[in-house]
Order: sequence, then structure tokens, then C-alpha cells
Amino acid sequence: MKKLVLAISLLSFAASTAFADTILDRQEYMKERGKLVKQMGQMAKGETDFDAAAVLTALKGLEANAEKFDAEAMFPEGSLEGDTTASPKIWEDFSGFKAAEEKYLDAVKGAVAAPPGDLDALKATMGTIGGECGACHKAYRIKKS
Amino acid sequence: MAWLKKLAGTAAVVVAGCAVAGWVLSAPVKLDRDTLAQLGPGDAAKGERIFNAGGCTSCHAKPGAKDDERLQLGGGLELKTAFGTFVAPNISQDENDGIGAWSIADFANAMLKGVGPSGENLYPAFPYPSYARMKPSDVADLYVFMQTLPAVSGKAPPHKLGFPFNIRRGVGLWKRLYLSDKPVIEFAAGTPDVVLAGRYLVEGPGHCGECHTPRDAGGGSRKGEWLAGAVAAEGEGIIPNITTGPGGIEDWSAADIASYLETGFTPDFDTVGGAMVDVQENMARLTPDDRAAIAAYLKAIPPHPNGYPARK
Repeated sequence: MKKLVLAISLLSFAASTAFADTILDRQEYMKERGKLVKQMGQMAKGETDFDAAAVLTALKGLEANAEKFDAEAMFPEGSLEGDTTASPKIWEDFSGFKAAEEKYLDAVKGAVAAPPGDLDALKATMGTIGGECGACHKAYRIKKS
Repeated sequence: MAWLKKLAGTAAVVVAGCAVAGWVLSAPVKLDRDTLAQLGPGDAAKGERIFNAGGCTSCHAKPGAKDDERLQLGGGLELKTAFGTFVAPNISQDENDGIGAWSIADFANAMLKGVGPSGENLYPAFPYPSYARMKPSDVADLYVFMQTLPAVSGKAPPHKLGFPFNIRRGVGLWKRLYLSDKPVIEFAAGTPDVVLAGRYLVEGPGHCGECHTPRDAGGGSRKGEWLAGAVAAEGEGIIPNITTGPGGIEDWSAADIASYLETGFTPDFDTVGGAMVDVQENMARLTPDDRAAIAAYLKAIPPHPNGYPARK
């Protein structure tokens, strides 16, 4: 009986840690997006001066980041245990999840192709890209304690 | 055996008395004449602001509606809760399937008293415990604005609730415990108007407390942990603490809060997620002054630690 309890505890421990690295990796990956968006966001908020070249660099950074996205590798089945805000909906609707990421990539590519030339255009670009961030977070992320 | 008869007789009287008291106490209570008189004619332009502050579209537009579709309030969104599944009704101007045939008094009784046009108690999944704090004139403005929106045919399916929650009369007792038109947070004299304006938006039409405040065993808001965050009443996960207590938004400035409501970006440039996406999109339609007022209020309320249990 003790062995059984031990085995069950070990199994549940394994379930919660098996994807710990995967979860940390994808969080780092998402934080990279945050840092790049922040560079533009601080300009949009007026905290830093508008700098068209720096905006384009940040947008290209977002594009390079977005192209590295690999849904199957980053969100393997079962990687919703542990310290993650991934929603089970990701795996219930994996194609929808991937489509949301595609839409985000398209928005970033569109911005790189036609980068904003002034502050108002930057705000519009932030709105378009941020809208895709929010669309995916609305459906596929849940806050946990 | 006379004593037994006497006991049975007493018990019967007590039971009957309780039944009568319960029936009386659970009766729907409508607005009084004075409040109805304060409604006034209503102003559609002002009503649009209330409509956005209330975020009516979040639940009453068809799920996934975009752009103009969001003004088609056919309902149908399911809220899966511990009490059962509530289905947002059609509140479009359709006379049969929506609220097109409702008088302004019908509308005000629903918004401020949680009473439907047939005199039935409405379930507080419709957040009238917050709307009860609204000014009657704002309710009238909203009524007139909603008359400008399209009629959508088709009734939403009924709620799916188990016993005893399927007994509407019980909601009358619930209201005796939890329904109040008084503000939640009392501020000292001399509190800036911007904070009071924010209180009205947050505690009234914005109904932020319905999700962000934990509930007690009876399903009412724990006002001592106002906006401290809560286990999601609907769906999974938690709703964040938006007080300045530990785990909350202490490190957000008022400008950060207003900016988040406008753009959806947090101070770290993470973005809004979950059910808050629709809320934020509606808040983005308010004026900068209204968003600043909400922010000022959130910075002024008592701080609390998280109103949900820590992760095990």
C-alpha cells in the first residue's frame, strides 16, 4: 500500500514537473515579445521620444520572434500542469490556437512592411498588433493563483 | 396524548407561519413611485456611455461578434457556474424575443431591482446588484440608447439550473441579504470628485466587483474583500486582485491603469486576456476622463491581499 501511495505521488509529481522546462522556455519566449513591444509602447505613451528606426528594429525583432513559434514543440499535449497560464482550450482547439498565432504573425509582418512614420501611426500599429495579442489571450490563456 | 396533539398543532402553526413569512419575504420588490419619477425622458447620446461602461455587449452580443454585430444583442452566451448554466437572454429591440415591448419602468425595475416585466425575480448572473447603485436618469438614458439598436429575432435558450436554484422565488430572499443601492466604499468628506466619479462607474454600471470580488457561501459579494480578486465564478482560473494590496496592482500608477483600460497593455506590455478583453474594449470607448476616474478610485480603495487561495 505504501508503495502504491509512493508510486502515485511520484507520478503526480512527474506530471507537474515533466513540462517545467517547456513552460519556462515558452514564458521566456513570450517575455521577449513583451520587451520588444515595451520599446514601442514607451514611445506611444510619450515616455520616450518617437524614433522610427528604433520602431522598425523592434518590429523586425517581433517578426523574427514570431517566426520561431512552433506550436507543437512549445505547447505539447499535457503541458498545462504546473506554473502556467495556458488554458486547456489550447488543446481542445489546437487548430484555432495556431490560427490565432498566424493572425498575429500576419499583423507583425504587415507592420514591418509598412512601418509607422509618426506617433499616431505607431499608436495604430500598436493597436493592431495588441489586438491580436489580446484575441489569443482571450481564448487561450487563463489566470491562475 | 393531548400534549402530542398540542405539539403537532404548534408545529403546524410554526411551519405555516414560516411559509407565509418566506412567501412574503421572497416576493419581488419593484421600484417606488419616487424613483420612477426620477427616470426622466432619457438621452440616447448619454446612454451610449452607460452602455459601454456597462459592457452589455460582453454577455448579450452573440459570442464572437465583431464590429457592428456587437450591437446585435441576441444573447446566447452561456455562463457555466456552480449554480448551473445561465444563458444571457436576448435584450435586443425585438418585441417578442427581446425587450422591445418593455416600458421604461419595466427596464428600470430589471436594472435596479432585478425584477422582470411579469414581476418575476431575475437571477443575479445579470449584475443588477451593481446596477442597483445607478442613477435612475442614467438607466433612462441607457433605455433610450438601446431603443436605437437593432431588433434581433430568436429567443436565447432558458437557463439550465438544478434544484433549488431553479426556484426564482428564492432569489427574493437572496436580494433581502445582498441587494443595496448604497455605495460599497465610504469615503471621507473632501474626497476628490474624480474618485467619487470612479466609484460610481466601478461599483455601478461597470459592475467590476461582480467578478473581482470573492463571494460568500450564499453567493453574495464579500464587501470586506472588495475587488481583492476571486476564483472565477464562471469558467476556470482566477480573476486578479485589483486593489493595491499584496498580489494586486500596487506598482501600477493611476496612469498605468487608465492606459491599460484604453490600450489593453499592462505596464510590462503584457496584454489583457480572458473575459477582460471584451471589458477593456468597451472601456476603450469611454472618455479619458472616465478612465482616469476609474483609475483614481482603484488607487483610493482599501488594499486587500488576494481574495483567492494561493496555488498549492
